[in-house]
Amino acid sequence: MGYPHKPHPRETVVLSKHFGDPEARTYKGWVRRGGYEALKNALATDPAAIIEEVKTSGVRGRGGAGFPTGLKWSFMPKEKTKPHYLCVNADESEPGTFKDREIMRWTPHALLEGTAIAAHAIRAEVTYIYVRGEFTEPLAILEKALAEASTAGVFGNMKIYLHRGAGAYICGEETAMMNSIEGKRGNPRIKPPFPAAAGVFGMPTTINNVETLVAVPHILKNGAAWYKGLSLSNPKSTGTKLFSVCGHLAKPGNYEVTMGFPLKDLLYELGGGMRPGRTLKACIPGGSSVPILNREESESCLLDYEGCVEKGTMLGSGGVIVFDDSTDMVYQIMRLARFYAHESCAQCTQCREGTAWTTRILERILTGQGAMKDLDLLLDLADNMTGKTICVLSDSCAAPVVSGIKKFKSEFEAYITGKKRPVAA
Amino acid sequence: MPDGLINLTVDGVPVSVAPGTLVIEAAKQAGVLVPHYCYHPGLPVAGVCRMCLVEIEKAPKLQIACATPVTEGMIVRTQSSQAKDARQSVLEFLLINHPLDCPICDQAGECELQDFVFQEGRAGTRYAEYPKRFNPVEDFGPDVLYVANRCILCTRCVRFMEDVAQEPVLNVSERGDRAYIGIHPDARLDHPWAGNVVDLCPVGSLLSKDFLHKARAWELDKSASVCTGCTQGCNVTLDVRDNVIVRVRPRPNLEVNRYFICDHGRMSYRWMNRGDRIEAPLVKQDGELRAVDWDEALDRARALLRGTRGRRGRGGAAVAIVSPKASTEALFLARRVLAGKEREHEWTGAFQVTMGEEAPLAGVPNLALRPERAPNVKGAELLGYTNGVSSALRVAQTAAVVLVLDEPDVPAHGAGALIYLGVTLPESARGADIVLPIANVAEEEGTFVNRDGRVQRYFPAKPAPGMARPAWWALGELLEAPDRPGSAAEAFDLLAGTVDAFAGLSYAALGVTGKGIGQGAGVPA
Ligand SMILES: Cc1cc2nc3c(=O)[nH]c(=O)nc-3n(C[C@H](O)[C@H](O)[C@H](O)COP(=O)(O)O)c2cc1C
Ligand code: SF4
Ligand code: SF4
Ligand code: FES
Repeated sequence: MGYPHKPHPRETVVLSKHFGDPEARTYKGWVRRGGYEALKNALATDPAAIIEEVKTSGVRGRGGAGFPTGLKWSFMPKEKTKPHYLCVNADESEPGTFKDREIMRWTPHALLEGTAIAAHAIRAEVTYIYVRGEFTEPLAILEKALAEASTAGVFGNMKIYLHRGAGAYICGEETAMMNSIEGKRGNPRIKPPFPAAAGVFGMPTTINNVETLVAVPHILKNGAAWYKGLSLSNPKSTGTKLFSVCGHLAKPGNYEVTMGFPLKDLLYELGGGMRPGRTLKACIPGGSSVPILNREESESCLLDYEGCVEKGTMLGSGGVIVFDDSTDMVYQIMRLARFYAHESCAQCTQCREGTAWTTRILERILTGQGAMKDLDLLLDLADNMTGKTICVLSDSCAAPVVSGIKKFKSEFEAYITGKKRPVAA
Repeated sequence: MPDGLINLTVDGVPVSVAPGTLVIEAAKQAGVLVPHYCYHPGLPVAGVCRMCLVEIEKAPKLQIACATPVTEGMIVRTQSSQAKDARQSVLEFLLINHPLDCPICDQAGECELQDFVFQEGRAGTRYAEYPKRFNPVEDFGPDVLYVANRCILCTRCVRFMEDVAQEPVLNVSERGDRAYIGIHPDARLDHPWAGNVVDLCPVGSLLSKDFLHKARAWELDKSASVCTGCTQGCNVTLDVRDNVIVRVRPRPNLEVNRYFICDHGRMSYRWMNRGDRIEAPLVKQDGELRAVDWDEALDRARALLRGTRGRRGRGGAAVAIVSPKASTEALFLARRVLAGKEREHEWTGAFQVTMGEEAPLAGVPNLALRPERAPNVKGAELLGYTNGVSSALRVAQTAAVVLVLDEPDVPAHGAGALIYLGVTLPESARGADIVLPIANVAEEEGTFVNRDGRVQRYFPAKPAPGMARPAWWALGELLEAPDRPGSAAEAFDLLAGTVDAFAGLSYAALGVTGKGIGQGAGVPA
């Protein structure tokens, strides 16, 4: 497939407007498209006023947790006694999620502009953009853009560094990222202290996702009210969102729609529907870490924070993974569990041992050696892995297992009873 | 309720603690031990094992007691079904890859995994069908083995080396359930304080080669003692099996050594088990030393001392050469034997101390293996003994009597009489007129004064061989009958009543962690 596709008429292209336009990558091209205007105005505006505007816009973090961005910024100390830091989370490693990658590939200056505005708003002297290690092309593009914009002097005294990750999913967790930036092993930290009090190098720090920051110049340019208006549904879910749609779909890719867009339309209209002769079986709407939806749930789910919660799942990062009726759900769930078992940082007992044990049970079921009691055991382990660890990687492993067993139990039973032929796990 | 304290209840027991206290410590004060692995009061909080989960009223989910500070009115429940289930699941997770080789594990009997599983673990495993993780045993350093299979990855060892020793040679390598404790490829775990990782390890993953398979934990008798390795005076426990000391471990004392001892101290115990001991008093007869009973030996010694004292007015001097490893009580009584009650007789006292290199524990202020490798240098100085024996030896040449207290390395014999009290009979003492067999530090009780003037008690760990008796007793018997102390406590209290520096102290009040001597109080001339 590849990018760019021509925007679908039902898309609302704000962040992705210049995707596929190589000229937008250059400093001059970006300025010609109205770029860095918002930054120029922002630098002449009181930081508190910017935070207020972002608060009013209702924009929430696009990295997965959906925390209100303006509120997060307002947690930074009012009295400035120490240097402030901004960390930009460009580690995008969540299976099924590839929106930040496209933002960096096509509109690196959009990220730099949003970053600089955020840095000004939280009064950060230093910014680290932490780029996923495997993102070699986006990194090269960002490097070039940063050099150009710096030469043009748009950042003033701000220091912006690109920091390349080394290929660990866990480094996308914000406190693990701070450790990684400090040169330590990328282990999540216990909270408190929260980053706004003691973050990277022990200094007040804000961490934001790439997509979150890219929305900020648009909010400042067009006003909070405009951004809030870009919602089809709930006032607590505002603006547009990029959904990375992948899996068993005719037209996978990134689609930008307003909050509250029906998942059904995203799949069948924008994504071109199922492959010929296939029907939808399941969908994970928010990256691999959120509960799986079955067909009925998927077809009635509205894509915003509340709509997803209503269906028992989460909007997460907006990585939409689609499974058609050819899918072996047991195998898919095992693959997800195996991913988390591989990526667990190994600090928390439940996560270190639980992700691996869960994977082993699933593998065993696939090889036809499972027992019915294994399903209860999986659910009990999932319960023991949820809500008890430092970060939510452990919970993320449990979520697809629990929802998978609940919704696709017959597939598990088929392996256990021998109705289905064993497969190599 | 006292001002400035935070009030909370733990399992219904009300406690008041200082602000900032962690729930796990507040629980201790309420008499509740919250099961834990990664937490250790001597290390920075990690919060990784998730064993200490407890229910805190109004908190949305279980909290870790080791990283949650107390708040006013907090209601903590360690025994709620939620909290117990959570901890039971941690134990189950810890056990799935644990070899359960307790029968051959040195830690068995003092293993926190055994203890907490016994206390609140599941009766059976649900991990029957799968192989357990295997990693070979690693040789980490001069005295430390790493048995990876038993490791529960609590990271206490890593944090000790990183934050306390400040020589970060250990790490967590790999991720997921493949993780293990790694050592820098070019480094050894040979820091002078590295042995503490063995004590810190809650399971049998880090083992002391010195102690390997020497004893089962339940065979050990334990006595509170004070390390004799240097003037720091670290508090230790002597572990004894069948009257043989097999291990020395730190005993917590926040004022002196926190939770740690250095490897030099840890290994300084073999001499306490020496077999070549003097087991009976010896007196010189026809040029030969002959074994006698205590009564005869003491009679001879008293007579000898009386005789020399008569000559003192005419220039006869008395010299004591003592060991800085002797108890304060013995040092005091040796002086009194020679100098008399009011120090009316002329006497000279001196000691020598072996010197070595200083080795600080970087993360703990004022804690180091000190260059002076003896425990009671300060005590000896406070009692008027001179550090350095050369001038005392000159006096000894013409002295009427020389008394040597367990110092085998100073040949002190002059023209006069020689009384030697010792644990062994060194070459230098073969010419003595009287030899009195004494107990070593593990066989008696007494005190040492550490370099900061802290007077600390040590307790007997095993019987003395044969007829050997504590030095305070032997020396006390040389005093006039009414002055003889009947116990180490009486000896100390006599000292405290006599020597200004020790004024106000009492043996009983020293407890097991000691007390500082009064600031600025000098020694009467
Ligand atoms: C295991 C784990 C992995 C994560 N990976 C990412 C990631 O790759 N990118 C990201 O933006 N946020 C990731 N997050 C979320 C971040 O911790 C954090 O919430 C986010 O970067 C905050 O930015 P936002 O408020 O703008 O969303 C991850 C969280 C967890 C627990
Ligand atoms: S939950 Fe897993 S990944 Fe997160 S800190 Fe704990 S062990 Fe690490
Ligand atoms: S070796 Fe011992 S102290 Fe170190 S992590 Fe393992 S269990 Fe903990
Ligand atoms: S003791 Fe609290 S998390 Fe380990």
